[in-house]
Amino acid sequence: MIFPFQGGVHPEGHKDATRQKPIEPLPPPARVVLPVSMHIGAPCEPVVKVGQHVLLGEKIAVSASPVSAPIHASVSGTVAAVEVCPHPNGGRMLSVVLENDGADAPHPDIRPFGSAETLTAEELIAVVREAGLVGLGGAAFPTHTKIASGLGKVDTLIVNGAECEPYITSDHRVMLETPEEILGGVRALMKIYGLESAVIAVETNKPDAVETLRRTLPRRGDGVRVAPLATRYPQGAEKQLIRAVTGREVPPGALPAAVGAAVFNVDTVASIHRAVTTGMPLLRRVVTVSGSAVSNPKNLSVRIGTPLRAVFEATGGFREQPFKIIMGGPMMGVAQHNLDAPVVKGTNALLAFSRGEGKPEKEPVCIRCGRCVSACPMRLLPVYLYHYEQKNMLAECERMRVSDCIECGSCSYICPGRLHLVHSFRTAKQKLREARKRGGN
Amino acid sequence: MADTRFVVSSSPHIRAEEDTRSIMLDVCIALAFPLVIAVYFFGLRALTVTAVSVAACVFFEWAYRKLLKKPSSVRDLSAVVTGLLLAFNLPVSVPYWLPVVGALVAVVVVKQLYGGIGKNFLNPALAARVFLFSFPVWMTSFPKPQPGQWNALPLWGPVDVVSAATPLSFLKHGALPADAYNLQDLLLGQAPGSLGEVSALMLLLGGVYLVVRRVITPRIPVAYLGTVAALTFLFPKGDAAPLEWMLYEVLSGGLVLGAVFMATDYTTSPVTKRGQWIFGIGCGLLTVFIRYFGAYPEGVSYAILVMNACVWLLDKISLPRRFGVPRLTRFIRKGGGKA
Repeated sequence: MIFPFQGGVHPEGHKDATRQKPIEPLPPPARVVLPVSMHIGAPCEPVVKVGQHVLLGEKIAVSASPVSAPIHASVSGTVAAVEVCPHPNGGRMLSVVLENDGADAPHPDIRPFGSAETLTAEELIAVVREAGLVGLGGAAFPTHTKIASGLGKVDTLIVNGAECEPYITSDHRVMLETPEEILGGVRALMKIYGLESAVIAVETNKPDAVETLRRTLPRRGDGVRVAPLATRYPQGAEKQLIRAVTGREVPPGALPAAVGAAVFNVDTVASIHRAVTTGMPLLRRVVTVSGSAVSNPKNLSVRIGTPLRAVFEATGGFREQPFKIIMGGPMMGVAQHNLDAPVVKGTNALLAFSRGEGKPEKEPVCIRCGRCVSACPMRLLPVYLYHYEQKNMLAECERMRVSDCIECGSCSYICPGRLHLVHSFRTAKQKLREARKRGGN
Repeated sequence: MADTRFVVSSSPHIRAEEDTRSIMLDVCIALAFPLVIAVYFFGLRALTVTAVSVAACVFFEWAYRKLLKKPSSVRDLSAVVTGLLLAFNLPVSVPYWLPVVGALVAVVVVKQLYGGIGKNFLNPALAARVFLFSFPVWMTSFPKPQPGQWNALPLWGPVDVVSAATPLSFLKHGALPADAYNLQDLLLGQAPGSLGEVSALMLLLGGVYLVVRRVITPRIPVAYLGTVAALTFLFPKGDAAPLEWMLYEVLSGGLVLGAVFMATDYTTSPVTKRGQWIFGIGCGLLTVFIRYFGAYPEGVSYAILVMNACVWLLDKISLPRRFGVPRLTRFIRKGGGKA
């Protein structure tokens, strides 16, 4: 077992509600809402008009920017609207709304490309780009951009199956149900980077996934090994994972390629395999629906663009009025206020909490206990950063390296005084960005 | 499903169960160990002095915040902890008004005037104790423990104390108090001293409880006790055997109380690992320095208070190594890692 990075916390897992539940396909809804940006980077431009008929897998929005991923129709049907709609990041965004014709008629251009063996590295990257793949672990960085940034530099390929956030089991189920697809994707990435070996890193709270992947290995991939990781949050954070697996630390502001590493989420890797072998772009993703307010927690395979409301309804609705809805995990997820927002590419979980879990904090007080310092995986001093931010002492925040904060939430989680630490650091970073823009340097 | 308003707040959306109150409650539980043995050795008066001290601290905490129309902070139990620690630092024979004056200094002057819990830069109980040394008659007469004598001291009225020499007053003159009190007495608490400091064993048990409950890390107590042990072993006074001398020095006076419960006070100790080591070592150095060269036999309170005042500096100079930057680079690039 690989022991972790320094710091981190041990939140209760809460994964029992869904870990045994096989992924169920959710029938596509009557309407899907596809925002023109579901990734980090440049938003796309719609290439369809209202009233136009589109086929399953047809591109509906594209961008010429290298840091972007095209958006495809996740159902076949008619373009009902191109308008500003709620986005799960909290704001509103231009979206293409499709009226589902129920035919699921695929676009004629969609056909299998072959396999990782028959394609060149360049062709594989092109397939990934055209498939609109982004990191499915939640961060949603365009996958082809990530691949390109590491070409010629990567000596260690790490597949991220840590899934360290509580409640979420979508990656866990993918590892149990489609290990061959993961290995297929690993082989494609090994070919792209010209590597002989790769590591699939899984937290030890998923022994069945470790077992399943290991059982699948001898048949498919030499040089691929499964590394069990000590269970600790944020084990799945890129920098912490690289540190745990290789002992290398990614320098501040640098990409993993700077230390020769590349990290891809397990489901992203499986999607690469699917894109290569079926030619179908990313149209669906696995979403864990859980939390105390959910009647029947499930792992669902959901068409991208499905409204959150429809996903919750598919699990039998709420057992009681939810108090808080979160997209993603409880540590880093985004609180939702509008159930009309759609599932996007990075939606790995939808959680609904009744009162009791995540209840509002009393008046926050710092007692300088130092737990935040011990919990910070980036070795920052959250207690000081917080006080400087509260006093608007931005230069001090910068000197105390607030920019290194990965916003994992470990400090806020552990704080006995219930300070809003991460929120304060986000604010500090935002203020620093604005100050830099004003100052022009 | 009717749309209603959901709470929208910043991540993380879950919190650990422990809060300020539960931590303070753990400290109170740990302090119950020495309190029980104090009652056994000094009688019920140990309990009444402690009760007065706690009640006074809680009252001043409540009254100050009430007068200034601030939200009450009594619920966090930090005033209870201050009250316990203050009582533990007093001789059991003190008149009852003394802990009340101490509580006023501790809670109002040292803690609330600086903004309340987490904002003070000196340990409130220790600062109050040092203030109370202005009343030396009461602060330096230590009754002899009388195991199992519940009424060893009268609960009311003036206390007629037959005060006894403490182990430290022997050590001060370079002699072991071996005839008066042996090491076992010091471990159990059968030697004169402040109410809560006499039993090293009970204090250590309380410390183990705090470490097991992860309320404190052992860094500061280990650094503090280790430094005192090393120095006194290397430099015994008189013609005492080094090991014996060291054990008497470590087990005497308020050292264990100070190392386990006072130096580890969150607000007045560093938050960085290296800072905590330096802090503990500094406390140890100063304690031995004062004990050896000072006019007064006891050095723990002053040592910790002086180190309290250095905490901000210690944190600043002991920033952890920046993630992704090798140790060597840190020293070359001065200023704590401004990229």
